[in-house]
Amino acid sequence: MTQSDLVREAISGTRPGFDSRQHLANARKQAVERNYADILIVDADAHHYENDSLGEIAKYIEDPVIRHRAQGTDKYGKAQSLSMEYNQNQSVAGRIVRYPKRRQEVGDPGVPRDVSIVRRQMESIGIDYQVQFPTPMLHLGMHPDPQIETALSWAYTRWLTEEILPHDDRIMTLVYLPFTDPDASLRAVETFGSRPGVVGFMVTGARYKAVHDNAYMKVYRAIEERDLPIAFHASSYPHERMFEGMNKFLSAHALGFTFYNMVHLTNCVINGLPERFPSLKWIWMESGLAWIPFMMQRLDNEYSMRTSEAPLLKMKPSEYMRRNFYYTTQPIEDGNLEALELTMRMVNAESQLLFASDYPHWDFNLPSTIYDLPFLSMDAKRNILGENARRIFHLETT
Amino acid sequence: MTDVFVARAEEFDGDARLAVEHGPIQILVFRHAGRFYAFENRCAHSGGPVAEGTVLGRVEAVLGPDMTCLGERFSTDELHLVCPWHGWEYDLETGEYAGDRSVRINRFDVVERDGAVYVRA
Repeated sequence: MTQSDLVREAISGTRPGFDSRQHLANARKQAVERNYADILIVDADAHHYENDSLGEIAKYIEDPVIRHRAQGTDKYGKAQSLSMEYNQNQSVAGRIVRYPKRRQEVGDPGVPRDVSIVRRQMESIGIDYQVQFPTPMLHLGMHPDPQIETALSWAYTRWLTEEILPHDDRIMTLVYLPFTDPDASLRAVETFGSRPGVVGFMVTGARYKAVHDNAYMKVYRAIEERDLPIAFHASSYPHERMFEGMNKFLSAHALGFTFYNMVHLTNCVINGLPERFPSLKWIWMESGLAWIPFMMQRLDNEYSMRTSEAPLLKMKPSEYMRRNFYYTTQPIEDGNLEALELTMRMVNAESQLLFASDYPHWDFNLPSTIYDLPFLSMDAKRNILGENARRIFHLETT
Repeated sequence: MTDVFVARAEEFDGDARLAVEHGPIQILVFRHAGRFYAFENRCAHSGGPVAEGTVLGRVEAVLGPDMTCLGERFSTDELHLVCPWHGWEYDLETGEYAGDRSVRINRFDVVERDGAVYVRA
């Protein structure tokens, strides 16, 4: 037997199929040991695989030609000729078994499979409320045809809010905005903004149009008026020119999942968007935390010598970053606890930080990544794990 | 130290991972290339079910004498047990984490006696 064959043979011992509850049995133990039942835990960023349901989603595509394309197959025979997929390696060549095995999971009768699986994951990990995002659609900001992001995100959100979220009020979403098209983004805000389960709006990070473009002001205004947050969810783009020489997934992901958010955050704060929309809450999502102190120091230093280039600012960039901006915890860089403690102080973690699991993706975090930190008070842990999210998302919890 | 019965040796068929509870911990036992191994089923990283993971050789970079990279290969000397949650890799012989040898998972000796398999815990 060759070594490469072992990868395929030795997957998860003798367990047949795949069940999230078995896969997460050790997470359940952690939840019981730490008595999460007594703590509100809100997961601000988790995912499902909307590509498994493209057939149900496609019927909501308004454009008949694009809807017809959605029923076609790609060159590999997969029924998703619209999406952008890259040759990636999230599973570390099958070592992380959720990826090769997840399609084998069977849902419960009476509810959509996505609802069954999300419930199992939440209950295993100890999560009370979870914000769900799609997976392959996160790449659509780089689609060469901007109509595709608009058409698919519209159909996805109709499907999600009409067929999935009504089954369980613990499952929520931030509506995917087709940010390539500001008018379509505004339509999404106005159409979906008050639907049950909608607690804000989301822009995928990998895209080129600058977030301070005047065309977006009406979108920010509409979101601010609804007192809901806008999140920039990190994503990567392997064909980004500067990343073309990166031969490892590790390298491109480590930089890519911070790079686009760094660009968007810089444009946002230097062009004074927090001054123009002072009540708007911005969430920077799935970039971890280590990049934030770098950005604060870098932008403050440059701003100190070039205030004329940022005429809307009334204080240092870092002050907006810890007042108007919120951040999600995952993937938490906890290899150096002193650095992490300083980072949390710099971002005002007690009020600005939201726990996120990113489950079931390859670098997911459990609530214990926050609960077990030795330098946080119990009140700080409660805020990060759920209370900050309760406030921002206006959750009516008991 | 006590010998905790796991199963009859013939029950370790193929890649079977058999569990035994020992106090608060779960130990998984399996046979690979004719040898038995036993690990606590808890990853040092995030508590994942590490002992259920894939076993495969450490990936090595192959360098030429002029320091050019000639490719990569699987080690035949060092096998790794890979946690299925996040991919943390541990030396199958020592339980040491490949990214920091000072970190390890709990590894137990396995004893085979009269056709029965025990872990020494």
